[in-house]
Amino acid sequence: MATQALDNNVLPVGAKVRIRSIMPPGHVRAPAYVRGKTGDIERVIAPFKNPEQLAYGLPAAEQILYRVSFSAVELWGDEAENPEDRIEAEIYAHWIEELETANAT
Amino acid sequence: MDNRTDGRRWHDMGGQDAGPICDDQHDFSLWEKRVDALMILCSGKGYFTVDGLRRALEDMGEDAFESMSYYERWIASINQNLIESGAYTIEELGVKMAEVQARGETYGDASLGQ
Repeated sequence: MATQALDNNVLPVGAKVRIRSIMPPGHVRAPAYVRGKTGDIERVIAPFKNPEQLAYGLPAAEQILYRVSFSAVELWGDEAENPEDRIEAEIYAHWIEELETANAT
Repeated sequence: MDNRTDGRRWHDMGGQDAGPICDDQHDFSLWEKRVDALMILCSGKGYFTVDGLRRALEDMGEDAFESMSYYERWIASINQNLIESGAYTIEELGVKMAEVQARGETYGDASLGQ
């Protein structure tokens, strides 16, 4: 079962994740083309104040920013120019659902 | 204002079909450089962040993207954020704009006034 990545639960590199598919209006830092898509954690960048709160001049808790790697086929389907390509996007923790705990080997 | 609730907003265009990209270089005029500097000052003084800049730009909607230049959109967004953060009131802005406008027709005249 997918669970939202929380501040105190840093996802490991390689963890399989899905970007949440919600589509709220307003300032959103997860591009639409990755929402609902599955990828894996490429690196843990750092915690930053949530820009979606800062955008409205509101107090903002820190959220971990991850770099998430997607396959071109996952994002573009049959239209992927080079199916072996990877696309990396930097996504905040509150947009990420963990699909399974990776056991990196 | 773009407040659609049915999905992707206009600015969120990654992955969509697009026309050719214009990669012409151009020089920035003095006022454009000043708008850029103003953003850095506002952020440094804590009035708002680049996130607020982006939020107001997005909320202007697609029409503004077509009808205003890059820094015209920036100064409109900076103004929106400065009003929201209480840097000045709308009334104060109106008085100041009239004062600057009275200095003269050209940007040089307006800039040189005290």
